[in-house]
Amino acid sequence: MTPALELKDVAKTFTMHLQGGIRLPVVSEVNFSVRAGECAVLAGPSGTGKSSILKMVFGSYRCDHGQIVVHHSAGWTDVASASPRHILGLRKRTIGYVSQFLRAVPRVPALDVVAEPLVANGATREEARDSAAKLLGRLNVAPRLWALPPATFSGGEQQRVNIARGLLPELPILLLDEPTASLDPVNSDVVMELIAERKRSGTAVLAIVHDPGVRARIADTVIDITCFAAAA
Amino acid sequence: MTVDDEPLLIADGLSKWYGRQLGCCDVSFRLYEGEVIAVVGESGSGKSTLLQLLCAQLAPSAGRVLYRMRDGVTRDLAALGEAERRFLFRTDWGFVHQDAALGLRMTVSAGANVGERLMAVGWRHYGRIRDTATNWLDRVELDRARIDDSPQTYSGGMRQRLQIARNLVTQPRLVLMDEPTGGLDVSVQARLLDLLRGLVADLRLSVVIVTHDLAVARLLSHRIMVMKDGQVIETGLTDQVLDDPREPYTQLLVSSILPP
Repeated sequence: MTPALELKDVAKTFTMHLQGGIRLPVVSEVNFSVRAGECAVLAGPSGTGKSSILKMVFGSYRCDHGQIVVHHSAGWTDVASASPRHILGLRKRTIGYVSQFLRAVPRVPALDVVAEPLVANGATREEARDSAAKLLGRLNVAPRLWALPPATFSGGEQQRVNIARGLLPELPILLLDEPTASLDPVNSDVVMELIAERKRSGTAVLAIVHDPGVRARIADTVIDITCFAAAA
Repeated sequence: MTVDDEPLLIADGLSKWYGRQLGCCDVSFRLYEGEVIAVVGESGSGKSTLLQLLCAQLAPSAGRVLYRMRDGVTRDLAALGEAERRFLFRTDWGFVHQDAALGLRMTVSAGANVGERLMAVGWRHYGRIRDTATNWLDRVELDRARIDDSPQTYSGGMRQRLQIARNLVTQPRLVLMDEPTGGLDVSVQARLLDLLRGLVADLRLSVVIVTHDLAVARLLSHRIMVMKDGQVIETGLTDQVLDDPREPYTQLLVSSILPP
């Protein structure tokens, strides 16, 4: 079976021009792949480049070297060299991303924050809101919050809105950055269930998870990222 | 991947000198339907010059602008007659100025400001024009009871929303915006941005928005072009440019934002 996502010889270095041009090598020679229906967890201490890898796959960080190959229904795309338009297309139809923190837009109600990716993919607003409401309900976000912008929600509530937004479109590749970090055990459990469901329906999951219990439940492979440490 | 690959607008090597003073230099990009590009950079970097070149308000010293007309034919703006260009400006294009007074007629009523664009495209039925204008006041969240008031009696935020209604009533495909939220207080700004975000998505507008506010660029745009001294020094996806800026000047811009 061909992988859904392949990283080949990926390297990333930050150059901080405001600090006298210091170069901060983050990772190099990153090689791994994730197959459909499989969950790979990136492991390693903070600051070793786990989130950077996720962001490169999503296209929000540039990739200095190597290839990030994403397979989709119409063939494959190398995110590292794709045009902005193609990356936006991938985000719509292929790659979902749940960031560590929700970036809330002022004035947009939680229900629409979650429904938006479906609307962008052509669903009617009612359909999208119905699906969003179901998922928010499963994640125990109280219905009285749905009409409110999430900026004032608690950390855990914001994170569940964020998860719902990332999971709702059921895209073939899912990137998760500490999805359960700010959640209580009950909600953590719901999220793990949702991830397991997505895996069964063939989603390739690449996740950052520190919690050993969560990791044990969702991971099929653990990728030790310290072996990609770039020589400083 | 199925992407509609005909750009709406192509800027090709655009340069403008004001005598010996450089306005902007060798700017090229493609704008597609439904796409929002933010042009960021400090004042004097050539952002507004670029905007005026794009809609043929200024003639370029070098380069050209190609635009795909409603009939699907892509044409060089310089080759259009003055009447054709004016017609585009009244129908297919919108231009939102920072100072709403420049984009409105301050001595006629709000309703007439919106209705005028419709009359310019041949609408004659007074009742229909008024209904449509009222509708647009609702869409930009202006009180319809104020339809007969002149924009002189409006606040800055209301004027800006009226200017947007006036521009969008003819269902343009391309909208150019020059600092549309500049000079408004933050709560008014947030409301306007949210309104613009919704309209841009619903109407699938193609937009070039000039701003020096990176938060505005983050909220509205798909792509960013960073300008400095008349040149585009960095371009990319909005989150790429803001989260992983590459050029020294872009890093300076991004690091200069005060957290709220």
